[in-house]
Parts: sequence; C-alpha cells; structure tokens
Amino acid sequence: MKRALTLCVAATFAAATAFPQPAAAQSKAGAAKPPPTAVERDAVTAEFEKFREVLEDANPAELFEAKGEELWKARRGPNNASLERCDLGLGPGVVKGAYVHLPRYFADVDKVMDAERRIVHCMTTLQGFKLEELAKRPFSTANATPDPVALVTYVAGQSRGMKIAVPQKHPKERATFEVGREIFFYRAGSYDFSCASCHGEDGKRIRTQQLPNFTKADQAIRAYQGWPGYRLTGGVMHTLQWRLWDCFRQQRFPEPGYVSDSLTALLTYLAVNANGQVYKGPGIKR
Amino acid sequence: MADPMRIRARLEGDVADVRVLMAHPMETGQRKDAAGNVVPLHFIQTITAHLNGKPVFQAEVSQAISRNPVFGFKVKGAKAGDKLTITWIDNKGDKRTDEMTLAAG
Repeated sequence: MKRALTLCVAATFAAATAFPQPAAAQSKAGAAKPPPTAVERDAVTAEFEKFREVLEDANPAELFEAKGEELWKARRGPNNASLERCDLGLGPGVVKGAYVHLPRYFADVDKVMDAERRIVHCMTTLQGFKLEELAKRPFSTANATPDPVALVTYVAGQSRGMKIAVPQKHPKERATFEVGREIFFYRAGSYDFSCASCHGEDGKRIRTQQLPNFTKADQAIRAYQGWPGYRLTGGVMHTLQWRLWDCFRQQRFPEPGYVSDSLTALLTYLAVNANGQVYKGPGIKR
Repeated sequence: MADPMRIRARLEGDVADVRVLMAHPMETGQRKDAAGNVVPLHFIQTITAHLNGKPVFQAEVSQAISRNPVFGFKVKGAKAGDKLTITWIDNKGDKRTDEMTLAAG
C-alpha cells in the first residue's frame, strides 16, 4: 500500500514537470491543498495554547504532588527512614526552591546530580532501597507510578513560580554542561540524528506540535516547563528521565541508563540554557 | 482507601465555580494487562455535591470518563464560609468524601 502510494506520487510529480499544465488547472490543483500560511499556523498554535490553559486549571499532576509529599514524609524502606534528611542542595530536608537549582554538584558523592537522580540517591542511602530494583521499572505505566516519579513531582511543585538558577560555579558543573552540549549536538544512530536535528532551529514542528529551539533561553524553558508532566494519553505522570529516555528511543539511539551521567549532563545543558526563566511547576501534556 | 480529592472553588457574587479533581483509575473493562488478562471494570458511578448538607448536584457517570477525572460545575446561592462536600462512589462500592469551606473570591 505504502509502495503504491509512493509510486503514485512520483508519477504525479513526473507528469507535472514533463507536461506543464494550463495556468487555470494549476491554480485549481494548488487550491486543493494550499500550505498553511504563517498566520494560520500562529492561529492554530494560539488555539492549542488556550486548550492548554484550560487543562492547566485542574492538572491531575496535583494528585501526584500530594502522593509525593506523603512519600517524602513517610518512614519507608529497609532502614525505615523518611526523606526529610535528604539534601537536595539547599541543606538537609529543604525542598522549597530546590528544584530550580538542580542539576548541581554534590560534594558528598563528588558528582553533579539532577533532581530525580538525587532523590533516588537519597532513597538508596537514607532509606536503603536498591538502585537495581528501582531501575527495573523506572517509568510510569497505566497500572503503576514508581515512587521516584511522585517524589520528583512533589519536589518540582515546591519550586512553582521561581526563577531557574542552575549553578555553574564548580568545575564539574561546567564540565557536565559541556558534556551535555556534546550529547545534544551528537549525530549518530540509524537515522543519523541528534537532539539538535529537531530542537536546534526555530520554527520546526512534528505534525501540529511546535518544537522549541533549546539553544535559546526563552525556548529552552520549554524543555523544563511542563516536566514532570501529566500525560493525558494514557493518564500517566512522567518525569524528565522518561522524556529524555524516550527522545533517545525515538532517535534509535541506545537508550541511556536510568539516572545515568549522560542524562544528568543533557539535563544540565537544557537547564542552564533556561536559566533566568520562571518555572511554573509540574505540567500537563497531550 | 482512595486518595483525597482536590476541590477548588471561586466565588463570584453568589455563584461558586467549583472544580473537583479525583484520583481514580477509571478502568473501562476493555484494557488488558501485560499478561493478557482483561482488567475488570472499575469506575466512578455516582458523584454528589452538598452545600451545607443540602444536595446541590448529582451525576451518574460511566466508564467513558477519563482516568483521574476533573468535574466542574457552578452552584448558585453560595457564600463565603459555606461548606461544600463532594462524594463519589464507584462500581466496587468504594467511596470517598471530601469537604472544603468556600472562601471569599
């Protein structure tokens, strides 16, 4: 079927070039499917924005924030400890405003960590959970939401309305940013693709979805904005760990490990590019 | 025990514009799990709202409603300090009631 269609299109194209048609017929053929003008595209985008506003008015992500708060405060795991001593970078137990300063360097592990990675680190060190167990089912499904997902949603919600200020003071933070940039522009895989293929230029889109250019601050916020996000498709809560994992899957890259160095690096690159923009809290997606 | 609802209301004059966010799987009975077994029907059947103990709203809903549904409705004759109570009951008999006090808009 697909082959037949391709042939048909090729034949039409050949006919059009080989035998120039009268002007009237040409304009009629053109009128059947005119490409959308810039104004029409903007109008469609504006309609989507209205739709998004309505959705944001009552975002089920709030349910996961509440769940995450409960998990944060509860004594759990083999050590029967709560996460209230977990240091997200602003001191043990400080959650308010921590998310907009992540990823950052943590001296205790001598590494840069993003929000989900740090939370998972706390779950393993404070509560005694096993990373291998957590990494077995890291992403939400229709049947289950992993604990780190709810926890990240709670932590992110505690930075609602704050300006993104990801530090770049420590040499490792700067090095991580550089590695992230490298990954962003690295073309490879069976599609010869990179993140920048879709997100490195203005005005690109997939179907009706506008693609932000993450190399610019005002658009890089859109990589951060809305994540963690509640996806209406399937009704599941997802984090940036999932989002980036899925980007690599779509590019036919080897999928990065859960809470791995490469994801922290890429998140650092995206977050630093969005520095200075206001984070609006967990979002809602189609 | 079901998770709590999130109830939000905005007063405009004597009309309260209410939004209720409920945590519920809302299974359609058509989905299969990883092992291929049909996930049984599990959905909210009845939603009721009371203002100061007086019923103001009742809905019979079906499995066609999405997971974690949001319901919006308006109540006339409401004022700041009134107690709004929302209850849902699902087809397994599980129920959840949450209450909020209307604040001046």
